[in-house]
Amino acid sequence: MKYSALALLRGALSAHRNWVPAWRSPEPKPAYDVVIVGGGGHGLAAAYYLAKNHGVHNVALLERGWIGGGNTGRNTTIVRSNYLFPESARLYDFALKCYEGLSRELNFNIMLSQRGIVLLAHSRHDLDSMARWANAMRMNGIDAQILTREEVAARAPLLDMSPDARFPVLGGFTQRRAGTARHDAVAWGYARAADALGVDIIQNCEVTGFLTGAGGRVVGVETSRGRIRAERIGIAAAGHSSVLAKLAGFRLPVVSYALQAMVTEPLKPALDTVVTSPGTGAYVSQSDKGEIVIGASLDLFPSYAQRGSFAVLQGVIAATLALFPSFSRLRLLRQWAGIVDVVHDSSPIIGPTPIPGLYINCGWGTGGFKAIPAGGWTLAHVLATGRNHELAEPFQLERFITGRLIDEAAAAGIAH
Amino acid sequence: MMQLKCPWCGSRDESEFVCGGTTHLIRPDLTANDATWGEYLFFRDNPKGVHLERWRHAYGCGQWFNVARHTLTHEVLSVYAMTDPPPAHS
Ligand SMILES: Cc1cc2nc3c(=O)[nH]c(=O)nc-3n(C[C@H](O)[C@H](O)[C@H](O)COP(=O)(O)OP(=O)(O)OC[C@H]3O[C@@H](n4cnc5c(N)ncnc54)[C@H](O)[C@@H]3O)c2cc1C
Ligand SMILES: [Zn+2]
Repeated sequence: MKYSALALLRGALSAHRNWVPAWRSPEPKPAYDVVIVGGGGHGLAAAYYLAKNHGVHNVALLERGWIGGGNTGRNTTIVRSNYLFPESARLYDFALKCYEGLSRELNFNIMLSQRGIVLLAHSRHDLDSMARWANAMRMNGIDAQILTREEVAARAPLLDMSPDARFPVLGGFTQRRAGTARHDAVAWGYARAADALGVDIIQNCEVTGFLTGAGGRVVGVETSRGRIRAERIGIAAAGHSSVLAKLAGFRLPVVSYALQAMVTEPLKPALDTVVTSPGTGAYVSQSDKGEIVIGASLDLFPSYAQRGSFAVLQGVIAATLALFPSFSRLRLLRQWAGIVDVVHDSSPIIGPTPIPGLYINCGWGTGGFKAIPAGGWTLAHVLATGRNHELAEPFQLERFITGRLIDEAAAAGIAH
Repeated sequence: MMQLKCPWCGSRDESEFVCGGTTHLIRPDLTANDATWGEYLFFRDNPKGVHLERWRHAYGCGQWFNVARHTLTHEVLSVYAMTDPPPAHS
């Protein structure tokens, strides 16, 4: 069913009894060409692009809980491509460009809002490193603009710009094409579009083991809903990547940490851009519903508990209130955490694993929402063809052996 | 707030400590090949379960110690010295 103003009107006239579920809930078949483990944005996008770009329709996506219930439904929805190195710039800007056309392509409103992101410089050193950062982006053909102190103040008038501010703002830079998108809609839009192309989306189905055949090749999975065979398998399980790798018999250079965020009660429009303060670890935006969305940096000890630590919560709130004193009157509505898959160089891994037939997409850590279209596209490519997509070529597991890291810690060091 | 029991100072808030990651990692010989170095530097078990890790009482006595902690419940199962062997529950 195509969503349109006409469909809405038709619904209004028929007491909205015309709507059908956005995707089916099929029973798992005994075998598929491709099985994808993990129903977050990356897994769902991979399933969609397998069918759309490669004509592989006999695909199952297995999700242990409900789709989008992992980090895809827990993030602060910021999309941007302000990375330092050419390899990352290409990958993330590819994703941002896909996002720019995605509502139309999926016939599902992902509510992309390119309201820009402003990064704050609090010291002379920040000013220098941001100038380097913005220049590197422009060298990579990505929009970036250095802002004076006055320009920052005009962009976010609620910032404390007084001379005795705890974190003085000396300037900053912006990527205007950055912004936010509705996270649930990205998951649901890809799910609906993949389902329409024949993909089976199977929820409440946990992968508990891998079946191997001749030459140690994977030939299927054990799940809480029975055994499912597959020619090729892709893992996109974020914070649970190491758990799945262990089931398959290998290790990853990943550590799982909790990353938390929170929202206040809704208020009238007060902040029309994303403000990030790398120095203090806080970043803030206002959702379309009016809530102030505050994100923290990592809880820096390994964790699989989807709750944040109060020590970090306290720090990020203190920093946010120092930047935006008027927010001190707001009440927090909700606070939550997701388990993110952090690797040493803050860059993803998309490609083959040591097990033949088994591929992985992980390592996005604190910043993989913005990359969903690219992560899905490139995972689908390697699953369908057995060859890495050129965008994914630099992001292979073996870089942790060769030492050719793509160290984006400078750009992704803060959670967004 | 989570509390950890420093062997020297007793129970203190998590905010006084920093986690130093997996413990009992043994540095390879300098002649080791790239694969061995890569494993040592980057690859981790990252268990959903008991994790043996090192912590430092950074804003206290400054000392390092080992902890066996469950990564799903955050329950601390034991605290032991840096040179002690791994405890049984690992
Ligand atoms: C608080 C927070 C804020 C963030 N803010 C941003 C941001 O502003 N911008 C940005 O770009 N990124 C952000 N991120 C990061 C981003 O959310 C993630 O990188 C991204 O959503 C990862 O998508 P995914 O599909 O890989 O993982 P997920 O969405 O986590 O999906 C993985 C799925 O795998 C499933 N799974 C796990 N084990 C199994 C199994 N055995 N069998 C079957 N299924 C299994 C899980 O249930 C889960 O649904 C944030 C993350 C958090 C936690
Ligand atoms: Zn102490």
